[in-house]
Amino acid sequence: MTIEVDRDQALLASVRTVAREIAGPNADDVDRSARFPVETIDALREERALSAFVPAELGGGGVSFETLAQCCFELGHHCAASAMVFAMHQIQVVTIVRHLDSGSWFERYLGELAAEQRLIASVTSEVGTGGDMGRSIAAVTPADDGGSSFEKQAPTVSYGEYADDLFTTLRRSPEAEPGDQVVALTRRGQNELKATGTWDVLGMRGTCSPGYVVRSTFPGEQVLGTPFSRVAAESMVPVSHILWSHLWLGIAEDAFDRARAFARAAAKRKPGEPLPVAQRLSRVMSELSLLRAEVDSALRYFLVASAEPGRERLSTLAAALRFNNLKIAASEHAADICRGALDVSGIMGFKNDTPFSVGRHLRDAMSGALMIANERIHETNAGLLLIAKEV
Amino acid sequence: MNDRIRQAIQDHARLPVDVATLADDQDLYTAGMTSHASVNVMLALEDAFDIEFPDRMLKRSVFESIAAISAALTELQPELAA
Repeated sequence: MTIEVDRDQALLASVRTVAREIAGPNADDVDRSARFPVETIDALREERALSAFVPAELGGGGVSFETLAQCCFELGHHCAASAMVFAMHQIQVVTIVRHLDSGSWFERYLGELAAEQRLIASVTSEVGTGGDMGRSIAAVTPADDGGSSFEKQAPTVSYGEYADDLFTTLRRSPEAEPGDQVVALTRRGQNELKATGTWDVLGMRGTCSPGYVVRSTFPGEQVLGTPFSRVAAESMVPVSHILWSHLWLGIAEDAFDRARAFARAAAKRKPGEPLPVAQRLSRVMSELSLLRAEVDSALRYFLVASAEPGRERLSTLAAALRFNNLKIAASEHAADICRGALDVSGIMGFKNDTPFSVGRHLRDAMSGALMIANERIHETNAGLLLIAKEV
Repeated sequence: MNDRIRQAIQDHARLPVDVATLADDQDLYTAGMTSHASVNVMLALEDAFDIEFPDRMLKRSVFESIAAISAALTELQPELAA
């Protein structure tokens, strides 16, 4: 137990250092140039952070999920794009670890991921499905050599060009219905990506997420044994929403800190005088408190439900509502808090080159509402609310 | 009871196939029932059998086949099986 705690503390300390000393100083350039945060990801590799959640017996760090979430928060505080790359990679790792069959190809793969610090990107969205991750058009198709292949039209693949491996949702076979999905993990050398667009966007510019046509040929053992419907409910959806929320909270915390620094500077210039900006800051603070509480409560719910035998609770509609609400609340509040911080600091926050700048924070936070569109989640919730009992 | 379950599926599951062709233990999701459609099936079953599924039953595995639905209904209302 002590060893595990030490591991967790050690990882958190090193990720904090990377966030502060590398991610933060490069954040403006990553944003301005819409470039991949290569120095931050390399530094995380040095710290073996990409395999932090891989069990120790497979060569990974064996840290807790809670620590991983905290790492997303720390990175989000300094560079949202770096945090998002880290979070998305960890979503795939956590999902594989939670649905690992012993002796499978995936077990060997995790060992290699740890040894080589391989980076995984996900190919879950698809042109023609209307943003519904629970349906696929592309299918695992038998290839001539006895293996498998697929071709998928992906509207966005975050850091696809920089990833070693791809985590792709597909129909189980060419005959399968759209909802009968599996996940394939395919490696560099097996994948061919052809960009179909550009990535010049408002925020999260460093995630470098244009569309691609993804083609892959791979052995059948690289398909995860557990169906995607179960993987999604028990792991991928809650884990995504929790890790994203932590990094959005990190963005909001930093915007708040900057607004507070501005208010303190203003107070020092005119000691004793009424300070309207401090009252505005207080309003932002109350919203930030709510966001902190929501993010933490969803994490606790997930940890408790994950520890229950069979993780039954995670596959209930009530749990789906719980994590959908986290996603909606966190993405909206984080952007509202950044906007509130701008109201505090005014022109000094609006300018991109002051210690109080929050333009990047606001733009990055606004991406949250689009990552699995909140409107679509509301539509799903509308159905679930009619049938779930205790919400 | 299974006939009434089949009727609810026929009316609300929006399957690409006729429900009469499905075996009792066949996976309805694999047959094409979406999660969105499954909510409507649940509502229709609550109405048809005048019951309420508790949250612990509102999950994929309980609604994945006619047999599974039938087992859940029997648990809620043992007299239905009689």
